Amino acid sequence: MLAVTALALARLHDLFAIAMLSGIYSLVSAVLFVMLDAVDVAFTEASVGAGVATVFLLSTLALTASREKTVPRKSLLALVVVVITGAALIYGTIDIPPFGDPDNPIHHHVAPRYVHDSPQEIGIPNMVTSILASYRGYDTLGETVVIFTAAIGVLLLIGGKRRVSSKDKNE
Amino acid sequence: MSIVGHYNYWIVAVLMMTGFYIVIASNNLIKRLVGLSVFQTSVFLLYISMGKIGGGTAPIVAAGVKHYSNPLPHVLILTAIVVGIATLALGLALVVRIHETYGTIEEDEIHAQDEEEAL
Amino acid sequence: MKHYPIPRLAAKLLLPVIILFALYVQFHGDYGPGGGFQAGVIFAAGIILYGLVYGLDSARQLCPPWLLQLGISLGVMIYAGVGVVALLLGGNFLDYNVLDPHDPVHGQHLGILLVELGVGITVAAVMITIFFAFAGRRG
Repeated sequence: MLAVTALALARLHDLFAIAMLSGIYSLVSAVLFVMLDAVDVAFTEASVGAGVATVFLLSTLALTASREKTVPRKSLLALVVVVITGAALIYGTIDIPPFGDPDNPIHHHVAPRYVHDSPQEIGIPNMVTSILASYRGYDTLGETVVIFTAAIGVLLLIGGKRRVSSKDKNE
Repeated sequence: MSIVGHYNYWIVAVLMMTGFYIVIASNNLIKRLVGLSVFQTSVFLLYISMGKIGGGTAPIVAAGVKHYSNPLPHVLILTAIVVGIATLALGLALVVRIHETYGTIEEDEIHAQDEEEAL
Repeated sequence: MKHYPIPRLAAKLLLPVIILFALYVQFHGDYGPGGGFQAGVIFAAGIILYGLVYGLDSARQLCPPWLLQLGISLGVMIYAGVGVVALLLGGNFLDYNVLDPHDPVHGQHLGILLVELGVGITVAAVMITIFFAFAGRRG
């Protein structure tokens, strides 16, 4: 389902439809995240991907062109590169430990400590929140600063009033 | 076991390559950004798939539950999604400025205009 | 959008529900799924909906730009400020255990609540700011 949506994204040329379809794609992936037990992630993906990202894409489209020019330029070469890389990746998955097995190495290093001790140490049931805000507080601080910086960047780029003639600064 | 056990990772590879194809094959800057976010989602899916434990449940403490899925990848991806939207917004802002300066968002037309100016 | 009564009414009905849900997600993030990021985005989505239906100017009146710019930096300040307070109380940076000298678990609770509040304020303000920047570009 997700793959079908993604492939449709690759085929489409109407950017308006692409923006809508990327919203649907985010929603479908959010459903998949719920099935994989990542409720917090699904929540974020649904609100960010399907909500805000679509609005941003659409408002950019309102400012620019809404249709892609169909130029089948070097598509074949790109396809060959992609197929080779994809084959290498799938070959690589053979070495990955099987899906959903509790004995996988990822479940043995830090996670058991979080799962077992965080209810006593932090005292809140949602482990994702306690790791996010407490154990990994530095990461989240840095990440908040990243968003802060992105906002400043966007404001610097398009926050002011539009220039009267865009050709002026080329001279 | 081998087929079922790796199905998720294959989907990840397919999605990743779809995003990659969009990024390298399309000329349009907005479509490239969308491709980039498809690529991003595939990485999210890879992490979340790794964190899943069969028979486990969401990592929220509840009575009578033995196995929780690994919460650590969830945290990493949670922050990655928000950083992703921030970078997407920044990229779109750049696209808007490029459109204002060049009047187009097709990459080859931008290159053509640059070469004309250089001559 | 001025001549379409149904979207206007629907937006009017939905807006308080969205804002309330955002606050619920913000402060209930300790117990269920949710937290600062999601709450901020949902809050921003509510304002964006209002801006889309009622026009940018009325949304700007609702959330004036100075308030947003204050919010962007205030959130980061709250987050970093909690860390500095922990530092001054004799702990490590962002070590919430010292926030409550009698009960470390309660200190953790308080710290997480404040930090998530900071994240929520920043995310909401940033998303609304970016939307205003895009939407205001056309005029």
